[in-house]
Amino acid sequence: MASRQKSPYPYWFVLPAAVVFVTLFLVPTFASFWFSMTRWDLFEAHFIGWDNYHQFFKEPFLVQGLVNTLIYAVLTSASKSVLGLLLAVLLTSGILWQGFLRSVVFFPVLVSTIGIGITFQALMHPTKGVINIALAYVGIDGPSWLSDPGLALYSVAFIDLWKGVGLATLIYIAGLAAIAPDYYEAARIDGATRVQQFWRVTVPLVRPATVTVITLSLIGGLRSFDIIWATTRGGPGFSSDVLASVIYKQYQAGFYGLATAGNVILFMLIAIIILPLTWWFNRREVDL
Amino acid sequence: MTPRQRNTGLIATAVATVIFITPFLYIFFMAMKTKKEAALFLFSWPSEWHFWANLTEVIQARNYMLLLAYFNSTVITVGAVTMLIIFGAMVGYVLQRRQSGWNRVIYGLVLAGLIVPPAVVPTIWVLQGLGLFKTIHGMVLIQVAYGLAFSVLLYRSFIGTIPRDLDEAARIDGATPWQIFFRVILPLLKPVTVTLIVVQSIAIFNDFTNPLYYLPGKDNVTVQLTLFNFQTQFQSQFNLLFMNILLVTIPPLLVFIFFNRQIVAGMTAGGVKG
Repeated sequence: MASRQKSPYPYWFVLPAAVVFVTLFLVPTFASFWFSMTRWDLFEAHFIGWDNYHQFFKEPFLVQGLVNTLIYAVLTSASKSVLGLLLAVLLTSGILWQGFLRSVVFFPVLVSTIGIGITFQALMHPTKGVINIALAYVGIDGPSWLSDPGLALYSVAFIDLWKGVGLATLIYIAGLAAIAPDYYEAARIDGATRVQQFWRVTVPLVRPATVTVITLSLIGGLRSFDIIWATTRGGPGFSSDVLASVIYKQYQAGFYGLATAGNVILFMLIAIIILPLTWWFNRREVDL
Repeated sequence: MTPRQRNTGLIATAVATVIFITPFLYIFFMAMKTKKEAALFLFSWPSEWHFWANLTEVIQARNYMLLLAYFNSTVITVGAVTMLIIFGAMVGYVLQRRQSGWNRVIYGLVLAGLIVPPAVVPTIWVLQGLGLFKTIHGMVLIQVAYGLAFSVLLYRSFIGTIPRDLDEAARIDGATPWQIFFRVILPLLKPVTVTLIVVQSIAIFNDFTNPLYYLPGKDNVTVQLTLFNFQTQFQSQFNLLFMNILLVTIPPLLVFIFFNRQIVAGMTAGGVKG
């Protein structure tokens, strides 16, 4: 008598989300593989095989964009995880005004990247900027942070660190809270110093947070665009160009096929770095 | 609190003030200065306070463009966040409650949504085909597409904590799936919903890259794009530029003050294994 009842969790619930996601995310992603092999003006696409990719790896400034992307991502990710952990340890040790300090470190995460970029442009001005004036007080002749080709990329990475370290700290604070105090007590009874406790207890046990911080900041670093665009626009020359800014420049210049090839390269780069990393992190976790 | 903890706190506060608070004070002071004084770039107390003059001038610039930008950004943020909440919760609900082969596929897509960089030019091509390029609703849908993965992930793990007995009880009382979801489940998701509203609003309001690509044109300016355009226009009027930065910084500051707890919850959610 009871006919097969319909599930109370119908699949059409997924439909609205799926329509938007498929049309505006999946379709363009798959289409990008085709368009990256064409000369394309948004209306007509002529198949030209691997030419765009050839050009990407032949033009020195495009190659530099690729190298810069890697430097930038590794640098910001490493510095955010190291400083984030140290700050998190400091901000969970019961110091004076701990709550306020946490807020201060975290707030830049929420602020407009463009606003921060413009502010640091002024602060890093070679002659009038606050940073170099302060350095001059202690007798240091400050460099042209954002207009020296050898330094621009690193200065932008520093601004990114300044803005993003609060998120890493926050994730580490949550990770530290999950470590049972018993471990520290046992270590103390065994006579471990504070430094030993940090290396032997904190670092291994905060691993899940480390994995998250490194993965998130690597993905963010590889895709990073707005902070660079707001401060140097890839310049001077192409010295601080990264893949995302190269893609935008090619798009602006009307080289849609080439821009899309850049997009596919960025996608591949992220996949090549993130997938093995995730696999490696998960494998290590089983060993522990 | 030991003396050591107190002293460390004092030192840390001093260092944090120099490193993290100075830039914000700098924005504030610059925004209050006269055009001439701001051009010196100094970190100094304004000799004359030009708050109102600067504020009105920024708002009136380019035929009240800033007001239009605030309006557009608000519409995009509210529209996109509403859809992200409802669509995301619906997917998270089915994903958590119904175990089947499809779940792996959906899960894979969610992860892809978090990792894969959007293919911008092909997206413009799709938007053009649909007549959505350079439109506000096109921009809303883009933000929904890009933000869905995070919403689904958060909702899915939270719905796991809601007992199935509740759905069962409602079903026995004759509720349709639609009623069960909107009347029983969705209200119970309030904590995550608040977190998501706050986190996604900030992300969308601060977004620069996507409007730059998908929403060019004078009538469609958003707050971040206006700021970026003023960067070249106000090249000699740094007081106005910084007043603009100040205005863009105030909304996140207010949200931060009132929703600190939810922001922390949202930002660490994906983080520590849950």
